[in-house]
Amino acid sequence: MTVSGESAEERWVDDHAGPVVRPYAVTRGRARPVAGKFDLISLVTATRTEPGPEMGLGPEHLAIVGLCQRALSVAEVAAHLDLPVGTIRVLLGDLVARDMVRVREPYAVHGLPDDSVFEAVINGLRAL
Amino acid sequence: MDYERSERSAGSLTLPTAIKILVAGGFGVGKTTLVGAVSETRPLRTEEVLTESGVGIDDLSGVEGKNTTTVAMDFGRITISDDLVLYLFGTPGQDRFWFVWDELALGALGAVVLADTRRLADCFPSIDYFEGRGTPFVVAVNCFEGSRRYKLDEVQAALNLDPDVPVLLCDARQRQSGKEVLITLLEHAMKAREARRSG
Ligand SMILES: Nc1nc2c(ncn2[C@@H]2O[C@H](COP(=O)(O)OP(=O)(O)OP(=O)(O)O)[C@@H](O)[C@H]2O)c(=O)[nH]1
Ligand SMILES: [Mg+2]
Repeated sequence: MTVSGESAEERWVDDHAGPVVRPYAVTRGRARPVAGKFDLISLVTATRTEPGPEMGLGPEHLAIVGLCQRALSVAEVAAHLDLPVGTIRVLLGDLVARDMVRVREPYAVHGLPDDSVFEAVINGLRAL
Repeated sequence: MDYERSERSAGSLTLPTAIKILVAGGFGVGKTTLVGAVSETRPLRTEEVLTESGVGIDDLSGVEGKNTTTVAMDFGRITISDDLVLYLFGTPGQDRFWFVWDELALGALGAVVLADTRRLADCFPSIDYFEGRGTPFVVAVNCFEGSRRYKLDEVQAALNLDPDVPVLLCDARQRQSGKEVLITLLEHAMKAREARRSG
């Protein structure tokens, strides 16, 4: 089983491909995630410690599950895997579709947080 | 393989929520330095690949043959509590990539505009941007050696700022100083919300 459901022979692997080849290859040519909208600071947490080999996932998917044993933002995942954010969003979509990660959207999505959040941040910073 | 065993019980999985603050200002003013000074790890770097036309971020469909540009953003993390994580994003170059700024500014609690008094005009575009968007911001004057000490009200006047906008001195290399800048911003942002609610 392939992640995208496309044939294994991917057309886009050609000699003329530009600098986006590697990220593009990792997502098997897909530009959009199958599930979810991922803000840069959406927090991703793995739902299990170890995906099985039969899940049909690439090494980058498995690396994300490994990294997200504690909650990491989409931006952090991208930085750690050294892949563009767009690529990470596609991979996360695959993982969400398999319920292998949970994603918590930032406050931004639902409007700004209330004063208690501001106060918590101020107190947290003071305590640093 | 036994998945049940390695699966965490969904009920006990509390997911933290994230918030962000932006750090803006002219080239080389100390944005990355400030992010690094207050964050729990060294600054991380993430990239967005954009097509030259600037149509949607991430839209790589039919990208062959088109030129692509990469926009890099520095950022850092401060874990406030089990429930709350703060991210600081250094904004990429001021004159291009405004649409990346739009993505970054969406939902940000506020922004720190770093200024260098030797090149004060460098921060004008950042100030214009946040004023235009209504994003609460403070101006932090990064004190490089050899820069003449201006009085803060001189800076305020030179930047033609609304008198409510806090202007403070900082040393972007110092954690304590960076923390004070962030706390000043958050207090200002709270007041700005209060004012908007009652006005
Ligand atoms: N003396 C002094 N040097 C500083 C201070 N803050 C930053 N620097 C130095 O100034 C240089 C530029 O700092 P950066 O943090 O990279 O600036 P930046 O705004 O991220 O730069 P760009 O991302 O390239 O626009 C570095 O060599 C820093 O070490 C400061 O408060 N005092
Ligand atoms: Mg920088």
